[in-house]
Amino acid sequence: LASKVVLPTVSRVALCGGTHGNELSGVYLVRERLKRKVEEEEHISVVTVMSNPRAVQQCRRYTETDLNRCFTHATLSGPVTDKTPYEIVRSQELNTLLGPKGSPEAMDLVCDLHNTTANMGLCLIAYSDCDWISLHIYRYLQMSDIPVRFIHFDLPLNEAYSLDSVGKHGFAIEIGPQAHGVVRSNILSTMQEGVQQMLEWVRLFNSGTPFEGGKVDVYTMVKNVDYPRDFETRGITAAIHPQLQDRDFCLLRPNDPVFQTFSGETLKYTGTEPLYPFFINECAYYEKGIALSLARQRSVGIPSIRSEREGEQGKRKSSAEEMEEEEEIKGEMEEEGYQKLMEYGEESDSLNGQYK
Amino acid sequence: MRKKMKKALEMEPVSLPAQSRVALCGGTHGNEMSGVYLVRELQRQKLEKAGSVTLTTVISNPRAVQVCKRYTDMDLNRCFTDAILSSPVTDATPYEVRRAQELNTLLGPKGSVEAMDLVCDLHNTTANMGLSLISYSDQDWVILHIYRHIQRKITSAPVRFILLDLPLADAYSQDSLGKHGFSIEVGPQPHGVVRADIFNIMKEAVDQTLDWVQCFNSGSAFEGGEVDDVYTFVKSVDYPRDPETNQITAAIHPQLQDRDFCPLHPGDPMFLMFSGEIVKYEGVEVLHPYFVNECAYYEKSIAFHLARKMTLTIPPLQVKRD
Repeated sequence: LASKVVLPTVSRVALCGGTHGNELSGVYLVRERLKRKVEEEEHISVVTVMSNPRAVQQCRRYTETDLNRCFTHATLSGPVTDKTPYEIVRSQELNTLLGPKGSPEAMDLVCDLHNTTANMGLCLIAYSDCDWISLHIYRYLQMSDIPVRFIHFDLPLNEAYSLDSVGKHGFAIEIGPQAHGVVRSNILSTMQEGVQQMLEWVRLFNSGTPFEGGKVDVYTMVKNVDYPRDFETRGITAAIHPQLQDRDFCLLRPNDPVFQTFSGETLKYTGTEPLYPFFINECAYYEKGIALSLARQRSVGIPSIRSEREGEQGKRKSSAEEMEEEEEIKGEMEEEGYQKLMEYGEESDSLNGQYK
Repeated sequence: MRKKMKKALEMEPVSLPAQSRVALCGGTHGNEMSGVYLVRELQRQKLEKAGSVTLTTVISNPRAVQVCKRYTDMDLNRCFTDAILSSPVTDATPYEVRRAQELNTLLGPKGSVEAMDLVCDLHNTTANMGLSLISYSDQDWVILHIYRHIQRKITSAPVRFILLDLPLADAYSQDSLGKHGFSIEVGPQPHGVVRADIFNIMKEAVDQTLDWVQCFNSGSAFEGGEVDDVYTFVKSVDYPRDPETNQITAAIHPQLQDRDFCPLHPGDPMFLMFSGEIVKYEGVEVLHPYFVNECAYYEKSIAFHLARKMTLTIPPLQVKRD
């Protein structure tokens, strides 16, 4: 592209931890930030939020229902009664504080901090593969001792269910492996470094620094795989196979071992398309019927971008209009030869993620 | 605690009754998953006899297992002291206290002739402890011979023995119900998660235990000797905490994390404060940390335990003939 894509500044940033009360890196990162005096900055204002204080207090993922599934338009606009679960009341509060989702008043960027028991290194997780802000931040992150990846859940905004979907731009930072309820010093440092670099990028962007386009690899969610279960009790009858355990993002090929039953038998991958597994053996997903998730790897072209200058500000676009524009740019880039390499397998799973 | 170390040659051979009644307990903590699934699997196979051994398998805390939490009211594995086992039950009695008394009826009574010969309790830890056997006595020859047998047979994980120096009446854990008892602790595994490699290690340890017991019962003679990698509990160390909120203000230092049983020398780092400072070990004696960063111990104010490393001498052992 000859000219850069011009986007509004990302002036208002929200940093959220404790969305799951036992994912402790985010809890302690947010606690430490809240202790420090808020310094006024020129190019950016950062709001730090403890998303689910009750769950944090009890060191549990949630008290009544998973907060990070409560941000669909339907749940956010539902009526509140005495019987409404705490997390739904809280999601509506957070929507008021950081949103409203889909409106011009919403935070420019919502960054939600998570941990996983899976060996996933550092992942940015987002709904769009054409949110140039998120993708440029992903490109900017340089970690010396941990892999960094981008996971894309292909969902339209009103179906997007997590906290990060409340902002105009948003993503989760997911770091593992870490047991829930435990703080590992190196994992906490990694998260602090990731947040630092992200805020650094935002400051640079807002102060007018242009960022060159290019290509980035992303993993697009295809489907989830559940554990084998006992027909009557629904209890699991196998564990993730030792040869798959901890091998997040290593290609899983047809006939590779996936599960080992408690009686010692190996169960193999019966899919026909090689896919990339992630969230392998995530503790919180047993109850959601997910042993692992599978993704396709794609190369995505991103344009050069810079922030709007003084006087360049047109009318504030709604998220829908921005997305339309982004789709247009995507189309243009394809014409100009930026190739999105899509590996279509024999399975006809649509990219609208099948998940529970 | 001083012990006279007799040379192996000088120790008199010991003969003990056959271990015919063995109990295997899982789910004492409802989110320590290897034991839950191992016991369930043995129950599915309807394994009640292994040669000369009558095997009783128990899910110790079914309510906690159901909700995949460590406990519902209080930690079941602290409820087996003589005092708690004999306390009167009222409406206000916590579930786990009632359950401990039930288990005492089933597997005990603790201290009596009706008690199980051997109680083996299965646990997981988030600490990098490999395979650890935990018990109360340095003179329970059955347990120590089982330890040596497991240590020789298992190569898939380091095998160690942890000694808690407590008299039987004060012994608080489930394994103290049996005439002989120990816990098998395998880590690292996050609570609520089942890892196949960890499950396999625990299964091997249980298989080798039953293997040894059957050999013992059938009359095999086991030579005396020394067992090493024995760690005697000395003290616990808590996290640095905020005096007002009691919240932790540091994490285990990266140089200590995952280094269970490695010697901690004076001056070695223990904690890295969230504010960046390093807290160092200021003891005088070289000790060995274990249960480093165990999730369930944050609320018990324990960042890790410290132990002295020692070697024990065990006598030749054979089953007592009637």
